[in-house]
Amino acid sequence: MATSTEPVVTSAKAGLQPLLAIRNVAKSFGKNPVLRDISLQIAEGEFLTILGESGSGKTTLLRIIAGFESANSGEILMEGERLDVLPPYRRRVNTVFQHYALFPHLSVEENVGYGLRVAKLPKDEIAVRVTDALAMVKMASFARSKPAKISGGQQQRIALARALVNRPRLLLLDEPLSALDANLRRQMQVELKSLQREVGISFVFVTHDQEEAMVMSDRIALLRMGELEQVASPREIYSHPATAYTAQFIGHTNLLRGEIKSGIVRCNSLWWRVGLPEGPALFSLRPENIRIVPPATGNSDINVVSLRGKIQHQAFHGATELLQIVCDDGLTLSLRTATRENRQGDVQLEFSPADAVPVRESPERG
Amino acid sequence: MFSRAYRAAITLPPLLWVVLFLLIPYGLLFCYSFWSVSPAQTIVHSWTLDNYRELFRVNVYLQTLFRSMWIAGRVMIFSLLLGYPLAYYLSFYAGPRKDLFYQLVIIPLWVSYLVRAYAWKTILGSDGVLNTLLQYVHLTKHPLEFLLYSPFAVVLTLTHIYTPFAVLPIYAALEHIPRNLVEASHDLGASPLQTFWRVIFPLSIPGVLAGATFAFVLSLGDFLAPLLLGGPSGIMISNIVVSLFGAAYNWPLGAAISLCMLILVVSLLFLSEKLENKWSFR
Repeated sequence: MATSTEPVVTSAKAGLQPLLAIRNVAKSFGKNPVLRDISLQIAEGEFLTILGESGSGKTTLLRIIAGFESANSGEILMEGERLDVLPPYRRRVNTVFQHYALFPHLSVEENVGYGLRVAKLPKDEIAVRVTDALAMVKMASFARSKPAKISGGQQQRIALARALVNRPRLLLLDEPLSALDANLRRQMQVELKSLQREVGISFVFVTHDQEEAMVMSDRIALLRMGELEQVASPREIYSHPATAYTAQFIGHTNLLRGEIKSGIVRCNSLWWRVGLPEGPALFSLRPENIRIVPPATGNSDINVVSLRGKIQHQAFHGATELLQIVCDDGLTLSLRTATRENRQGDVQLEFSPADAVPVRESPERG
Repeated sequence: MFSRAYRAAITLPPLLWVVLFLLIPYGLLFCYSFWSVSPAQTIVHSWTLDNYRELFRVNVYLQTLFRSMWIAGRVMIFSLLLGYPLAYYLSFYAGPRKDLFYQLVIIPLWVSYLVRAYAWKTILGSDGVLNTLLQYVHLTKHPLEFLLYSPFAVVLTLTHIYTPFAVLPIYAALEHIPRNLVEASHDLGASPLQTFWRVIFPLSIPGVLAGATFAFVLSLGDFLAPLLLGGPSGIMISNIVVSLFGAAYNWPLGAAISLCMLILVVSLLFLSEKLENKWSFR
């Protein structure tokens, strides 16, 4: 899987000094642990998404990097130097807030120039950089408007320009697209991603939307109840989820619970060969990896697992549809296939054992 | 949508109230200000501008009006200087003690104004708490006379009484500032001091204007504090109005002064509201 994102990922792994290193960060509010022992590195120019459900601690982690919260233990280094000991206004990190947080008493251009003005840059340099930043987000014609007079999507762009104009080493984005409607949101995902490529600044993007995370990220850090579940590229995390939780949270999956004995896994009436140690095992099988085949082909190939089932439910999703199938042995499977007119009755199915990816049981936390 | 009878039924009480307690009294005040008093101490119901001429001819009226504004102006400044930090602390730093402190600001308002004015008399008088203390620690040999019966005493008392009126609108304005704006400012590199002057203070201006207006207008029309603590040098315009309506029995002149005050105050309220609108952005 050679994608354009690979070099970035490997450079972080290859022991080059990362831009940001989070080491063993833990945080609790009162008796309530929010983050437990988070370690994560962010490479120069990388687009990293922190993905998690609400309450997973993702916003808290972002606020610790920005300096609005302090960790109870652990440390954060930027280019080898302690970042977590600095107040927020001394960090070369800027944030795009969830609700934009534009200053209502300042015009669009005054908002964008705010960081440069407090840094006491010369007036003409401020003017040039503000103009460039507004052009970059295609908002030049709104320079003199007040934030209350422009739409949510436009406020979003201004918030982005206001952060990027300071040329931060790292840009933090706290669910910046969550307040936009679906179409605008998809458009902004693409724009944001190409903008990030253009400026080459590392982005740490927080979202609860797995699709958004997959579209935009070089790497996804999946957070669950204050701990990192898996950190990998979108393709890797989708095709090789490490845990049952990851498999279910990212995309849609069938979890098959089986028992391995002498190189063969048995799951209800199904069986296939694996090279795994003996004992109970859990497999993730993506709905699109199950195929409908002509009935009674009676495939005896050991590289496919065949089964029969009855279509119970058909959900139309546009180009594809999701079928709910109850197999003869009682097992229920989801199957994704190209859309066709009404499907009913019994079907013959098969999948390759290679597509059943072994996953770890996600540990209980709480 | 609603029946005529229903609409009439809900409009009538407020309308009656406005007519009975506002329109008729102000109408009377207006009429009186153009009437006069005969040497036989009866009201002459014929129109004249004499009262207004008198007002601008006799120095004591304008002088007292300016002194009242000067006293009210100082009360306003001191109330803001005391009230703003208090409101700021309450809103940003009081944390879980916020409600307690808020109540502490409110509680004095439940105590009779008269009691609070008398309390200052007890503190500032020749045999008062302050003078006794100063002499006891040998800072002064004789009681300080300027403490009581002076504009100083009036300003001090009014500041004490009207500071809560400045605190509350400022506090409300500060509470309305979204905290993520403060974070955004820090995030963009502004120190706490820069954040205060560039974000917090500008956004609290509507509250400051409202507080300033309360303190100034309420002080300007005050007559109890100057009566109890002002002495001859601390007389304010309301004291003159009171005496004109009372012992001096010159209702027409009193009415003319009242009307001028009313116009002044209404203009101030109008101006303050215009400014507040200019400085609010939601």
